[in-house]
Amino acid sequence: MMRRLALIAALLAPPAAAESIVAGLSDSAVAITTDFAGSEIMVFGAVKREAPLRSDAPLRVIVTVEGPATPLTLRRKDHRYGIWMNTASVDLPAVPSFYALASSAPLDQALAPYEDARLGITLPRHLQDLGLMDGLAPDQAFQSALIRIRQGESRFQVKEGAIAFTEETLFRTDIALPAALVEGNYKVRIYLTRDGRVVDEVQRAIWVRKAGLERFLHRAAQDQPLLYGLAALLIAALAGWGASALFARLRW
Amino acid sequence: MQLFLPIAEVSVNAFLLVGIGGIVGFLSGLFGVGGGFLITPLLFFIGIPPAVAVATGANQVVASSISGVLAQLRRKAVDFRMGTVLLAGGMAGSAVGVWVFARLSAIGQVDLFVQLSYVLFLGFVGAMMLQESLRSMWRARKAGGVVVRRAHVHTWVHGMPLKMKFRASGLYISVIPPLLIGAFVGFLSAVMGVGGGFIMVPAMIYLLGMPTRVVIGTSLFQIIFTTAFTTVMHAVSSQTVDLLLAMLLILGGVVGAQFGARFGLRLRADQLRVLLALMVLAVCLRVAADLVLRPDELYSAIAGRLP
Repeated sequence: MMRRLALIAALLAPPAAAESIVAGLSDSAVAITTDFAGSEIMVFGAVKREAPLRSDAPLRVIVTVEGPATPLTLRRKDHRYGIWMNTASVDLPAVPSFYALASSAPLDQALAPYEDARLGITLPRHLQDLGLMDGLAPDQAFQSALIRIRQGESRFQVKEGAIAFTEETLFRTDIALPAALVEGNYKVRIYLTRDGRVVDEVQRAIWVRKAGLERFLHRAAQDQPLLYGLAALLIAALAGWGASALFARLRW
Repeated sequence: MQLFLPIAEVSVNAFLLVGIGGIVGFLSGLFGVGGGFLITPLLFFIGIPPAVAVATGANQVVASSISGVLAQLRRKAVDFRMGTVLLAGGMAGSAVGVWVFARLSAIGQVDLFVQLSYVLFLGFVGAMMLQESLRSMWRARKAGGVVVRRAHVHTWVHGMPLKMKFRASGLYISVIPPLLIGAFVGFLSAVMGVGGGFIMVPAMIYLLGMPTRVVIGTSLFQIIFTTAFTTVMHAVSSQTVDLLLAMLLILGGVVGAQFGARFGLRLRADQLRVLLALMVLAVCLRVAADLVLRPDELYSAIAGRLP
C-alpha cells in the first residue's frame, strides 16, 4: 500500500525540470498564394531556468519541422534487355512531405543515441519510427535513395550547427520551406538537451493553407470535378476561338 | 514571375509556361498535330508531376486545336465527314486504351510502356515520312518543280465494302479503314496521353490517300474531341487538371497556333512533311536516349495524394 502511494506521488509530482524552453515562431500560418515561391520561418526562443547555469555540460538545442505525410512509391531501375526499366518498387503509406532538422551543435554531441531511439529525432530514426523502414528493411539502398531524393528537392534538410545559441539562453534559426509545399499542419518540435539527454521539449504548429485563387481552384477541382473539367474546356474553347477571331480581324 | 500552381503544387515561371505554350501552339498550327507529344515531355522536364502534365496538356491541346481548326476552316480545309468517321473509331479505341492504361498502372510499368510507344511509333512514323517526303522533293526538283499526281491510285483500300463519298478529300472509299485508323489512334492517345495527330496525319496521307491540304484541318478537328474527352475524364477521375497552368499554356498556345497556320501557307507540302518528320524523329531519339543511357538516379519517388 505504501509503495503504491509512493508510486502515485512520484507520477503526480511535476518533473524536476530546472530548465525549460520558451519558444516562438515568426509565423504561425503560411498562406500559399499565387505568387508563393517558398518561405522562411524563424524559430526562436529562450531557456527559462530556476537554478543558476550549470557549468559541467553545455546545453544544446535541436529544432525539427515535419510536414504532413503523403503516400509514396519508390522505384528502382535496372538494366534489362538493353534498356533501363523499373524492376523493383516499394509502396510506403505515409512519408513526411517535409522534414527539417537544425541543431546548435553537431548531432553526435547534441543527442544521445538512446534519446534518438526514444523520440525519433534524426531523419533515418524518424522514418523508422513511422514504420516506413520495415518495408525497406531488406534493402538499405531504398532508404538512402528516399533520403537522397528528398534532400535534393530540399524537402528533407539536416543542418547541424545552424541554430545560433547565445549564452546557452537565447536561440534562433531559420527554416526554409520550399516552394513545392504540401498543405497541412506542420509540426515544429524544439528539444533542449544536456549531455545528449533531452531535458525539455516543446511543440508548436505552423498552418500551411492555400489562399485566394489557389484555394478557390483547388476546392473547385475537388468538390465539383465535372463542372471544373467543363469549365476548363470552356476556357480552352473561348481562348481558341478568341485568338482565331482576333487574328482573322487583323487580316495580316 | 514565379507562380504557384494550385493543383500541380509547384512554383514555376509564368513566362516560361507561356513560351512553351507558344512554341507548341506554333507547331500545332503548322503541322496539324495537337502537340501533346511535345508538351507532355516538356512539362515533365520543368518539374510538373506527370499526372498533372498529361491532363493539363490535353486541355491546352483543345484550345490550340480549336484555334487551328478555325484557321483551317477559312481555307475550307476540313473534311467534317472524314473527321466524324475517324472520331467514331477514336472513341472506341480510347475506351480500350483507358482500360489497358489502368492495368499497366497496377503493375507499375506505365512509364516504360509509354516510352517504348513513343520510341516505336515516333521512330516508325518519322522515318517513313522523312523517306517519302525527301523522295518526293527530289522527284519534284528533277521534274522541274512539277509533280504529276494521279487523281486515283487504286490500292487495297478501294476494294472494301461500305463505301462512302468524302467530297472535301475527293475520295470514295470504304469507311472501314478510317474507322480502324481512328480506333488505333484513339487507343494510342489514351495510353500515351497525346492527341495522336502525329500518327493520324501520316495515316491519312499514306493509308487513305487524302490530299495534304485537308489532312491538317481534319486531324485537328478530330483531336479537339479526343482531347476534350481526355480532359474531362482526368478532371473527374483524378482531379489533375490545373486550370492556372492550362490558362498560361493556352495563352501562348492559341497565339502560336495562329502564327503556325499562317507560316504553314508559305511552305510547300513536302517541305512541311520533312520538317514534321525531323521533329518527330528528334523527340523519338530524346526518349530513346532516356531508355538506353544509364540514368543519373536509378531510384524515383512518386508522391501520391492525400485521400
